Amino acid sequence: MWQLFHKLGSPKWFFGIANRLMPWLLLGGVALLFAGLIWGLAFAPQDYLQGNSYRIIFIHVPSAFLAQSVYIMMAVAAAVTLVWRMKLADVFVKSVAPVGAVLTFLALFTGAVWGKPTWGTWWIWDARLTSMLILLFLYFGVIALGAAISDEKSSARAVAVLVLVGVVNIPIIKYSVEWWNTLHQPATFKLTEKPSMPAEMWVPLLLSVLGLYLIFGWFACLRMQTEILIRERRTRWVKELVLAGRS
Amino acid sequence: MTSDTRAGWRPVTESVGSVRAMKALFLRDLKTAFRQRQDLLNPLLFFIMVVTLFPLGVSPEVSFLQQAGSGILWVAALLSVLLSLDHLFRHDYDDGTLEQLVLQPQPLFLLVLAKVAAHWVLTGLPLVLLAPILGIMVHLDGNSIGVLCLTLLIGTPVLSLIGAIGAALTLGLRSAGVLLSLLIIPLYIPVLIFGTGTVAAAGEGAPVSGYVALMGAFLVLAVTLAPFASAAALRISLSNA
Amino acid sequence: MAFDSLAAFIAMEGHGPYVWTCYGVFVLLLGGLVYWSLRQRRQVIAAQRRELSRATASGMAASQNAPAASFTRVKVSQD
Repeated sequence: MWQLFHKLGSPKWFFGIANRLMPWLLLGGVALLFAGLIWGLAFAPQDYLQGNSYRIIFIHVPSAFLAQSVYIMMAVAAAVTLVWRMKLADVFVKSVAPVGAVLTFLALFTGAVWGKPTWGTWWIWDARLTSMLILLFLYFGVIALGAAISDEKSSARAVAVLVLVGVVNIPIIKYSVEWWNTLHQPATFKLTEKPSMPAEMWVPLLLSVLGLYLIFGWFACLRMQTEILIRERRTRWVKELVLAGRS
Repeated sequence: MTSDTRAGWRPVTESVGSVRAMKALFLRDLKTAFRQRQDLLNPLLFFIMVVTLFPLGVSPEVSFLQQAGSGILWVAALLSVLLSLDHLFRHDYDDGTLEQLVLQPQPLFLLVLAKVAAHWVLTGLPLVLLAPILGIMVHLDGNSIGVLCLTLLIGTPVLSLIGAIGAALTLGLRSAGVLLSLLIIPLYIPVLIFGTGTVAAAGEGAPVSGYVALMGAFLVLAVTLAPFASAAALRISLSNA
Repeated sequence: MAFDSLAAFIAMEGHGPYVWTCYGVFVLLLGGLVYWSLRQRRQVIAAQRRELSRATASGMAASQNAPAASFTRVKVSQD
């Protein structure tokens, strides 16, 4: 158990594992995402209420889902950084934060474009959209703080504290935004909640969520490898790797 | 550690308990702040000026101001607290006092709590006292002004406590001010929502005790958790220097 | 197939622009992220290779008359 834990902390070990995993992650991710999206776009039945505009759901929900779970993953990694000082955990937080921000932006953008045909306006201060916007701000904060501190160790720990403070706040923010939303406007049409979704709709949705998860895994591996190459450039194995011209 | 060094060390910790240390730090912060009065005045002036901008920039109509007044006051208060946060640890950081504080035998989070309390007394409390005057200027009715002051009274300590985390994280960085706002504003949103929401409820004649209790819960949560995060952040920032 | 023709598929009964904008931006942003990440990695490797070759070259020169200190600035990436 502890040996595995030590290994997990070793950048060199991770680099090798990531090399082996990445082709599968990319292949599986792209295949699942394509299957889900094509199914959703062309074959899934029309929604009786929203017509064809609901087909945005097949990218909106996966993006929103990933955006939130990436932050949770970052929070777990941040806790590991603070408790065990594991370098790899911080590498994860730093490399994954921009990916999370892009996914959050995508969720917001698709939500806004979806809003135009369903609500008749680009932007509604809907509880979900608003809390997504705040999540985007949290991501920006994490990226900005990480970039502002040049010392690697204190940057890692400062970012970890910020991510953890953010994750404690996320439920509070979500709750208060929902409360605020009901205060300001009577229950609007909910974007994603359906009484019951037929299988032709939720199966492609599930496929694209899984696909995007795998693609996120690929992104994480790739960007972590880059970060490791930068941080470990003084070590023998990275020098050998770079000179060998592999990867 | 051998027993004799311990014996020489012990009386110091026992003579200055945590509570006494907190009190001393609190009073010291107040004293040093009163030596630079202008620094105390600036956030208040900022508060008044921001509130003035809204009637000028949007509309001086009574109906608009009545509706938006509590929000304007809350946003202005939030921004002036944000502006003053940079001073919270800055002076102590520059002259090395902060490193001494970290080395004290008393738990750091308690000392942080004392510093934040002093910060609130110097910035948050004056804002609360000033709010009724500005509330009259934006045509809030008496009941709303009372509730507004109550929410500010509960809310501004939360702002100071959360802000201290950001101030500690950005200590010693180049563009600390802007970065601090970037990190902290998202975390301020719940306080803002409930602060203005409570006043809005009061304006509609709804009972506000539930909302006030919820804001109290925020305060309790912030008092118990935020000092730990600030203390951790301070340690990190100081190890950076 | 939920659509009769390709034209109907593109038009999506008037919702086409919204749906296709979303999918377009989705592909564009993820593609951009892929490009950016790959380029960053290539640049890092190239920069390190240059540094290493310079280091080995100067290392050989240094072995002949080793200076006590060198003034070569070490390039540190800010990433």
